[in-house]
Amino acid sequence: MKRTLALLAILPTLLLSAPRAGAGAGNSDFKSGVFDPPSAAPDFQLQGSNGSPVVLSKFRGKVVAIAFGFSYCQRVCPVTLTNLSEVFKKLGPAASDVQVIFVSVDPERDTPGRLREFLQSFNSSFLGATGQKAQLDGVRQAYGVFANRVQSEDKKLGYEVHHSSSIFLIDREGKLRALVPFGRPPSAILNDINLLLKG
Amino acid sequence: MRIVRRFRWLLLAVAVLVLGPVTWAAAAPVRFDSREELFEIPKGTWARRMAGEKIEILPQEIRLVAGARDILVLRNRDDVPQTFGPALMMPGQSFRLPFEGAAEYQFACTAHASGQMTVVVWEALSSPWARLRWRAEKVLKRVKWLEQQGG
Repeated sequence: MKRTLALLAILPTLLLSAPRAGAGAGNSDFKSGVFDPPSAAPDFQLQGSNGSPVVLSKFRGKVVAIAFGFSYCQRVCPVTLTNLSEVFKKLGPAASDVQVIFVSVDPERDTPGRLREFLQSFNSSFLGATGQKAQLDGVRQAYGVFANRVQSEDKKLGYEVHHSSSIFLIDREGKLRALVPFGRPPSAILNDINLLLKG
Repeated sequence: MRIVRRFRWLLLAVAVLVLGPVTWAAAAPVRFDSREELFEIPKGTWARRMAGEKIEILPQEIRLVAGARDILVLRNRDDVPQTFGPALMMPGQSFRLPFEGAAEYQFACTAHASGQMTVVVWEALSSPWARLRWRAEKVLKRVKWLEQQGG
């Protein structure tokens, strides 16, 4: 009886100190840069590499990873997309709750078809997004992404685009939660996407 | 030789004055109050910039220490969105970026004239030489800052 009474007395304390199911991960658990408080990810509508419009807000309920780049990129984008492809392999069935959107910084050459062909080699679910120069400029500005067209040393390429190389992570509610700087390993990206999947 | 003998006490005092702090700087462990290195954009920065004032808040190079001071925190206290380091931050928002390994990290940063920002993460300050270098750099930074304030 005494033991039962003692247990009842400490029950409220136990309940309050126990980790709550579904409680969100703390910012200190993230391996990438975290925004606090998170703000709504700027919405956009662009042409998708699948032939349909890509509207960011339509992906509510999924975790979205946005990378900016171009299909003729030889140094940065292949690394970013290979890392994301690795992450997808490790996510297993949970990958269906994650969408990668690759937003072009090269409207002149990145047609929907060209993007589809380029992204196919990394993961067939990755979605390319392109559009008119003004549209893409607007999206970049909203995300604080820079892109400068420079003459390429490779004459066949003509030009290349120097651009921000971070990955933006958006949670299921459409909030911009984290920014993964270039060079972070797939394990770090996987860690953060898993945190966002758990909510 | 006679000069050395004549001024030996003075030389000894100078040696103690120089070697004492150097020995302390190399031997005493470096303690940090927090793992976070914070940089803030104060309220009114945008307005001051628009008025033609040249304001540098974020240094070109930021130095952190692995395992001890390895989290960069940027905070925007201004009334307008600001690009600060690698992130575009809304008013009142902060950006917390941890670093795991000792290395040099380059970021594109439109807030800098060069368009780049460097974060150097040092190895843990476990050797006397590392502690000495760290403290010497801190002193130099402080002197430069005082010079800027004076000039």
